[in-house]
Amino acid sequence: MILNASGCLDALAAPDVARRLDAFVTKTVTPLPREGNAPVRIAETDAGMLNSIGLANPGIDRFLAATLPRLAELAIRLWVSVGGFATDDYADLCRRLDERDEVQVIELNLSCPNVEGPEETVVDIVTAARASTGKPLFAKLSAAVPDVAATATAAAEAGADGLSLVNTIRGLALDERTLAPTLATATGGYSGPALRPIALAAVFAAYRATGLPIVGMGGVETGRHALELIAAGASACALGTVLFADPRAPGRVRTELAAESRTHGFETPLAARGASHTIVSSLLSDKTKKPAIASEM
Amino acid sequence: MQREALRVLASEPVGPYRLLRLARGRLDPGMPGQFFMLSPPGHLLPRPMSLCLAPPRELVFLIDPVGKGTRALAEAEPGETMTVLGPLGNGYCLRVEKPLLVGGGIGVAPFPYLSHALGEPPALLGFRTAHHAAAAALVPNAEVVLDPTLVTDVMPSDYDVFACGPEPMLWAVARRAPDAQLAWEAPMACGFGACYGCAVEIGGELRRLCVEGPILELKASRWRKVRRREAA
Repeated sequence: MILNASGCLDALAAPDVARRLDAFVTKTVTPLPREGNAPVRIAETDAGMLNSIGLANPGIDRFLAATLPRLAELAIRLWVSVGGFATDDYADLCRRLDERDEVQVIELNLSCPNVEGPEETVVDIVTAARASTGKPLFAKLSAAVPDVAATATAAAEAGADGLSLVNTIRGLALDERTLAPTLATATGGYSGPALRPIALAAVFAAYRATGLPIVGMGGVETGRHALELIAAGASACALGTVLFADPRAPGRVRTELAAESRTHGFETPLAARGASHTIVSSLLSDKTKKPAIASEM
Repeated sequence: MQREALRVLASEPVGPYRLLRLARGRLDPGMPGQFFMLSPPGHLLPRPMSLCLAPPRELVFLIDPVGKGTRALAEAEPGETMTVLGPLGNGYCLRVEKPLLVGGGIGVAPFPYLSHALGEPPALLGFRTAHHAAAAALVPNAEVVLDPTLVTDVMPSDYDVFACGPEPMLWAVARRAPDAQLAWEAPMACGFGACYGCAVEIGGELRRLCVEGPILELKASRWRKVRRREAA
């Protein structure tokens, strides 16, 4: 299953791209409208890009009245990402979305690096959201925490049905000539190829800790990258930065993923889910056999 | 959205700029003022460039090599391929009576194609130096002013102004000619409304330049869309 990462596609501006996804994830919706941060809001960096969009969105009222009906006309599965500044915000947003049949899944954005985060813990927010909706809840977490497995476990115990891993990580770029921060907000969320090993590690840890469905994301550009996330434990993968440069990535990555899976002996991509854990277990159980990497060193 | 890997035909110096000639492939040149996303070799993100010239079977872009991405575009070698997405955004509205092109620096980029579409109207172009002013040779009927003279110092009134250039110039043009069609610029990761990176402040609101612009008209401190692109 291939999705977009929240905030990396506007299905209304590019419906043909959205239709090639298995589900479209909206840009994060907040209780009130937000214009986002002042420009400059994006910058290319080594091995990735920074953004400081700042959750620009029309707010939940306008989203429900105007955006959601138009998205529903596209006849694709809709995941709505929500974000707030207090536990009650998430509860209210989930309650409002719960009434709407167009919404299949709610993703809780618990990790935007571009806005002041809520003080409350992941547990408080997921618990409040859980009490407010019967829809499937995916908690989107950051890899920039001391222990991803602990955060994932906390989200699972509070009632999350799945996890989205990972969000961007805070970064800074300086202007080539002036050495001033390139972004108006100075720092922004770092995404792109550099996130791949970070996302893999987070998915690997969260799968082992929770066994929950996981949407893996972070620097996916090819079917091989998607297969690696699935082998680490993801049950779906999302495309982010790659969509900016290649709007045809959903179809391409899907085709590559199917071929790459067969090459590795898996009938379907999902048959590879967690495969890296199995391999690690077999290596650890066979004391006579050292991991290949150790023998090479 | 059309996206294709195009062959680099040539990269010719024009003062400090480069004229990048690409084989057109199956891409449509679009309307003057629309733009394309060009993927510099070795870079993650494409860069927005308005079309400069559209000779048969070619798409030609004027590049100002000021950063890593634009330098990579300018240094592309003939025979290499470059992925191009477009045309994107909204072009200039050409239904005017008395056109005048007003540009500054690399802002002259869309004018050769625009001038051709409008029947080579007069143009007023400002540059920092005579070296930069070499780009004026691409625009028919151009009068050139050099720093410290500003285009707005000598801009005649009663014309339908098409402007492209640095932001202070656009604001100054809009003060003199409130109906002017202004081509704006912003860092952009995608060009089709996905990244929200190209937000510009329009009458107190932030809007995406790629889907609402890049050509916008300023009237009574309020912007409005001039023209929707005809084909998605």
